[in-house]
Amino acid sequence: MKIPRFSRKTLGIPYAVFLLFFVIIPMLVILFYAFTTGVKDPVTGAESFSFSFSNFLRFFSDPTKLSTIVYSLVIALVTTVLCLLIAYPVAYILARSKLKKKFVILMLFVLPMWINFVLRVNALREIFNLLSLAPALEGLTSANYFKTIFGMVYDFLPFMILPLYTTIMKIDQSLYEASADLGGGAFTTFTRVTLPLSMPGIMSGVTMVFLPSMTNYVVSDMLGNAKVTIIGKFIYEYFGNDWHMGSMVALVLLIVVFLSSWLSGGFTADENVRGTNL
Amino acid sequence: MAEKIIELKNVTKYFDDNLVIDNISFYVKKGEFITFLGPSGCGKTTTLRMIAGFDLPTSGQILLNGKDVSQLPPNKRPVNTVFQRYALFPHLNVFENIAFGLRCKKVENTYENSKGERYTKRERLSKKEISEKVKKALEIVDLEGFEKRSISTLSGGQQQRVAIARAIVNEPEILLLDEPLGALDLKMRKEMQIELKEIHRRLGITFIYVTHDQEEALTMSDTIVVMADGVVQQIGTPKGIYDEPANTFVADFIGESNIFNGKVVGEKQVKFCGKTFACLDEFGLNEIVDVVVRPEDLKMCAPEEGMLKGEVLSVVFKGIHYEITVQVGKYEIVVQSTESREIGEKIGLCVSPDGIHLMKPRYTSNVFDGVITKRNTVEFADGEFDCDVTQLYPGSRLDEEDYLITAAGEKIDLTGVEVRVEVGLSDISISDDAEAGGTTGHIISIIYKGDHYRLIVRTEEEEEDFVLSTDDLWNENDFVSVIIPKDKIKLTLKNQEAKK
Repeated sequence: MKIPRFSRKTLGIPYAVFLLFFVIIPMLVILFYAFTTGVKDPVTGAESFSFSFSNFLRFFSDPTKLSTIVYSLVIALVTTVLCLLIAYPVAYILARSKLKKKFVILMLFVLPMWINFVLRVNALREIFNLLSLAPALEGLTSANYFKTIFGMVYDFLPFMILPLYTTIMKIDQSLYEASADLGGGAFTTFTRVTLPLSMPGIMSGVTMVFLPSMTNYVVSDMLGNAKVTIIGKFIYEYFGNDWHMGSMVALVLLIVVFLSSWLSGGFTADENVRGTNL
Repeated sequence: MAEKIIELKNVTKYFDDNLVIDNISFYVKKGEFITFLGPSGCGKTTTLRMIAGFDLPTSGQILLNGKDVSQLPPNKRPVNTVFQRYALFPHLNVFENIAFGLRCKKVENTYENSKGERYTKRERLSKKEISEKVKKALEIVDLEGFEKRSISTLSGGQQQRVAIARAIVNEPEILLLDEPLGALDLKMRKEMQIELKEIHRRLGITFIYVTHDQEEALTMSDTIVVMADGVVQQIGTPKGIYDEPANTFVADFIGESNIFNGKVVGEKQVKFCGKTFACLDEFGLNEIVDVVVRPEDLKMCAPEEGMLKGEVLSVVFKGIHYEITVQVGKYEIVVQSTESREIGEKIGLCVSPDGIHLMKPRYTSNVFDGVITKRNTVEFADGEFDCDVTQLYPGSRLDEEDYLITAAGEKIDLTGVEVRVEVGLSDISISDDAEAGGTTGHIISIIYKGDHYRLIVRTEEEEEDFVLSTDDLWNENDFVSVIIPKDKIKLTLKNQEAKK
């Protein structure tokens, strides 16, 4: 019997097909819609497209849209920074502790990820509603931004903890010893060994929190009383009636995301250079 | 006498419940090259780590220049370490790795202000000072021009040199080296040995070196500390330790040895391998001793001239010499010689009195603390053994209910009585059938004694050691059960006031 032998090339075909149909073509479609306007023929119902920059101009001349982009960026930024500030100590302590059952504690932090996301956000909303019944916490009813960011931090924290934990775990114990041996105190060891070596974990954690928190409008809708609009919400709404504008917003978001990852990527490279010239 | 730079006083270290260092005391003289030598798990690295400050002793003192530093953290000690796996910082280049310690350092500088008052400031080293020192350190390890290289582009030997430079650039009083050459290939290792020795000579600081390689230790050290089982076995110069090993462990670990059981039969007369030899060591008459004869101290001669006669079993070419195994009666004796012999050839062996080393046997019998159980068996060393309890009371016997009746007719319940258990070395046998014996353990040491092997079996829970002799060849780490015949277990009451 002849055993069929697959070359790497043949094994790659399904993935190439996937990429073509689910990544490249949709991208082209978005690009196409973003730079066209459609006119519906009232008789036949057929739509005729014409190339135009009008979506582009409409987007950038509309102050609400621009401010939404800025809001989304600020919310995502604040969420990411808060996640990082909360997650780093947790990951650091867990990774370096000698506890035998530390994975149990890690699991407890990650466990909420296994519970339905909408359910969690709903529960959080109910808790906020309950709390705002207390006269002292009345202000909570209208603290829409606070609640949105709280919900996002709560939801995205595990995505920050996990990569940080794995990176810090991988740092060779003897490097801490080497630092102490060379006269480095706890602070020096942290800033000059631990922090630079956990940079890859910080970067992947930031990416995994920053991007979703720009687009995840479920949290902002449910916790922000629909008063907080982020860019993801925009796209969702436009695709109801105006695909052209929706595609333009999606395209702008894509560019913003690309720019921010490129900047953060550039930041890591920069960090290395700085490390060597300290 | 040279100044003591570091002194360990009754240092003991437990990891959880494991005794790793058992009450060791010794000192290191300023400027010497001292080596901790021993098999893995002997506590040599732990001792080094306690000097560096990574591990703190459970009890005892570490004195540095007379001051107790046992509880100081590593960054407060004037010592630097070259780590086993180098532990170079992967995110920093060669220059930054070496400069790490310099950047942590603060020095006191004295200035004079405009009014002519002198004042001192604690300051970090300037950029210029740092780069000069790094440059000098790189020169010492022969890596000029490597400043900008990333650590990952360096070979093992180069990383090793960076690790040394990183440590010596801080001008420590003591340089600690934890098996630094272990990861290098043989040729590289030899080169680095010579270079390290040269660096030691140039810097003039104290080197404390840890290795399991006896040849490395002999080549490089001024003083060797031989360790085993968390205990210092012998301290001495390389030559002293090689020529006069303190016990069979040292003799076996350092260099090649023929080890025999012997008996002193007269003044400076010892009998082993069935013959009487003249020797230089004095022991009491009829004392049982271990006899060590180095293979190079045995000379081959014509059969009729030899003190021992035998037949050549095997000949192995070792580069500089031949290693010849000779069967003498039931003994196998290893001889080193530049001359070869034919297998099967009859030869004689001669040894001069200074080639025979007598030492007190490390083990003469096995002694344990045991407890008598309900079934009149004895429990010790993680196991339960059948024994004859009537030997505890002369003339006693057991009645049908298994109570002990003494000669005077007294009835005694022995359950829970604490006893001292003694078993001779040759009364223990081992088996690879885990069910066959009273307890089980792993073989932790094997020493060949000419016609038999001397093994040590360590039990798992209580880590009790059984020392035994066997003709069979076993491997280290074999899991075996320990068999002791009922009549070979000697019991004595520990507390003469045993309950009646």
